[in-house]
Amino acid sequence: MTTDRIVGIDLGTTNSLVAFMQGETPVVIPGEDGLNLVPSVVALDSNNQPIIGNAARPFLIETPERAVYSIKRLMGRGVEDIREELKLFPFRLAADLAPGEVLRIKLGDKTFTPPEISALILRQLKRNAERFFNETVSKAVITVPAYFNDAQRQATKDAGRIAGLEVLRLVNEPTAASLAYGLDKKQNGIVAVYDLGGGTFDISILRLHDGIFEVIATNGDTHLGGDDIDNLLITIALDDIRGDMGLDFRRNAEAVQTIRKAVIEAKILLSSQPSIKLDIDLPGGKRYQREITRENYEQLIQPIIHRTVGPCKQALKDAQLKPEQIDEVVLVGGSTRIPKVRALVKELFQREPHTGLNPDEVVALGAAVQANILGGGSEATQNMLLLDVTPLSLGIEVAGGVTDKIILRNSTIPASATQFYTTQIDGQANVAIHVLQGERELASDCRSLARFDLKGVPPMAAGMPRIEVKFLIDANGILHVSAREQRSGTEAEIDVQPSYGLTDEQVEGMILDSFDNAEEDFRRRQVIEARSEAETILAALEKGKKSPAWGQLTTAEKKQIAKMENSLAAVKAEDDYNTIRMAIDALNQGTMRLAELMMDSAVSTALKGKTMDEADLGEGPTAPHPVAKADFE
Amino acid sequence: MTNSSLTTITAKPAPEETQSCWSCGTMRAVHFCEACGKVQPPTPVDYFTFFGLPRKLNLDAAALEKDFYELSRKLHPDLNARAGGREQEWSLEQSSLLNDAHRTLKDPIQRTQYLLHLEGVELEEQSKSATEKARASGEVKKQIVPPDLLEEVFDLNMQLEELRMHKKRGEDDPALIEEIGRQKFELEEKQENLLHELKDYWKTWDELIERESAGHPVSEDERKRARDKMVDVLNRRNYIRNLVRDVNEALEN
Repeated sequence: MTTDRIVGIDLGTTNSLVAFMQGETPVVIPGEDGLNLVPSVVALDSNNQPIIGNAARPFLIETPERAVYSIKRLMGRGVEDIREELKLFPFRLAADLAPGEVLRIKLGDKTFTPPEISALILRQLKRNAERFFNETVSKAVITVPAYFNDAQRQATKDAGRIAGLEVLRLVNEPTAASLAYGLDKKQNGIVAVYDLGGGTFDISILRLHDGIFEVIATNGDTHLGGDDIDNLLITIALDDIRGDMGLDFRRNAEAVQTIRKAVIEAKILLSSQPSIKLDIDLPGGKRYQREITRENYEQLIQPIIHRTVGPCKQALKDAQLKPEQIDEVVLVGGSTRIPKVRALVKELFQREPHTGLNPDEVVALGAAVQANILGGGSEATQNMLLLDVTPLSLGIEVAGGVTDKIILRNSTIPASATQFYTTQIDGQANVAIHVLQGERELASDCRSLARFDLKGVPPMAAGMPRIEVKFLIDANGILHVSAREQRSGTEAEIDVQPSYGLTDEQVEGMILDSFDNAEEDFRRRQVIEARSEAETILAALEKGKKSPAWGQLTTAEKKQIAKMENSLAAVKAEDDYNTIRMAIDALNQGTMRLAELMMDSAVSTALKGKTMDEADLGEGPTAPHPVAKADFE
Repeated sequence: MTNSSLTTITAKPAPEETQSCWSCGTMRAVHFCEACGKVQPPTPVDYFTFFGLPRKLNLDAAALEKDFYELSRKLHPDLNARAGGREQEWSLEQSSLLNDAHRTLKDPIQRTQYLLHLEGVELEEQSKSATEKARASGEVKKQIVPPDLLEEVFDLNMQLEELRMHKKRGEDDPALIEEIGRQKFELEEKQENLLHELKDYWKTWDELIERESAGHPVSEDERKRARDKMVDVLNRRNYIRNLVRDVNEALEN
């Protein structure tokens, strides 16, 4: 059974979730372990089978070289972007990485690109949903940090495709959160969403009015979150251990992961306790103990959480709003549980933030709401429409290495801009265009998105061709480019060289084979189960024909049953689930009266003093009879 | 290499008032069909035409916003996600055109620049990108300092230079910073006043358009005069805006 069900997925740095709209309410779909959160951890077991989520966590300590976490930090990034990251995270890059190649991470002796690792997480979520619905799920809305650039968005979309998901929309995380919030509140006003997660920070300011969720301004930092707090605490512990005990564990992955686990637990406890005691068993039988007070901790993390202030102020400035014009500040992301973060938000926006939402789940719930809207809506979402913006300006490199901005940040998307190009040499056939994203004036300070080569420009004198290039940012925040030479009317061919990211062919090659098989398996299993159900029913019917009840049927009824029986017998060998299902249902329907008559005779037999079990009905109506449906997983 | 950084769609004649819907055939349909709700293929029109507005500069901002939301509810890709591939494409194009048009028209300066662009006037030499291009290539930008500002600009540039020198040497000069801040405030006031001046010229322009649509001829000379006044104000205003930006940069760095 295939439906057009669309799920909402929060692909987080630390945890990932899948949700759907149950009636008029979004709900999270739990995993097999009954838990809503799937840790974004991927490991390879000794058979090189991928293990995802909670089951993968022990690998972080036991076989750290076969496990990876916080992969979201590497999505859509190049080697030169992640130097800082590599100092703090145990990412093991493939040794044979060529310059300009998409990153590859080592797990055991295999290597994976960040989209492939994310795809494994997505596949797990997809499986969780399939188990829940008992049907295949192939369409999803996936959330991304609002401040993600084009390459990071494209990488997320690629991950979906690799996982066998059609990504109908990428939704910005704070915006998704506002959908879940707005569905609940149904109030007009200005809302700021402060989203501090495991690895990313976003601030979005929205105007909510009559169901339209219009983002006015957004800002953020795609490398700022709870991870940074963890790393700080790990560094302090490692320094302590080195100083006091003379042991250097910095290169001992197992020790680092043990410490990481302990400091994360400490961090969480410090949100509710005035002080905690770190007590860590280190490799080699040593023990590290240290007390951390809340005050001490808050001083330590101050510089990290203070980094959220700049983006908030910029967003307010871009929205041309003063803090007092904000009606509500909504907190999203696990790191907003930290009291010091809440205090900072309160000071910034001069009001008590709204903490009524589950900061871990609200983004996924919002994604489910958006999935519902895309699927045609329901009563609850009927009037809802999201108008989001592009977080970064889009520019073109012009003479002198300067960025010429053609679509400014905070423009409502979809948005487009048209530029005209010409040639500089007689007969020039190619024109190179360098597309950039960012706010800086110099091209070298902006993010390079892609280099385009306009090819097949008809030969003309220099300056004569008039090539119209249209840049369009779609509702996912992803750029599309098309070009046309206006004088000749020829479509110019565009050769795209993405600066960071996989080509279409690469993505095709990565699509998880096992995943496709899983879908095939699911379909095949359905057919097999339907066939066995058909056998059961046909066998029960044979028995029924020998029962006294059969004689009570009219000739017409018998004829009708025989017709359906033949039809089921004919289609049950076919490879199509729906056909078999329909024939089963028809026969079930047609033998309804026979079943009732058999049941009556069974009851009257029982009334004659015999128990049902003893009644001589063969395997009669108590066991499989024509109405009984086979168990269906 | 780029000839135009200003903007986008070239004006084409307005679509026929009575177009038929590609899907249900009968109804009049411009952006979407009023009968069956289907998104229509986009026609390359200018932003004023897109909203069914005359090329006048005074416009009802509240009505524009209302139209923007109403059209968004019809054209946005999220609401056409289940439509056929062709319709999804149209929805994407129509919706980006809607957003581009709304963004341009709602802002008084962008609206005026866009109208002048439609009228064939290019303001490129005053644009930010031109300033930056010139700065990067070291060329002197062909930019006319508004005569009434000459003296002030000269003084300010000297002070900015002084400030940069101080900062380079790590020195602090609160008096200089205060003086520059005061001038910046004055410049911002000027910028505001120029906007009011611009709005006065809108009236002149709009009257021409009204006369024209009432069937009275308007000479090219009259049009040009009205345009030139706006171009002059915009040039002065852009010049001041760039100055303010330079001041901000000098103060922040």
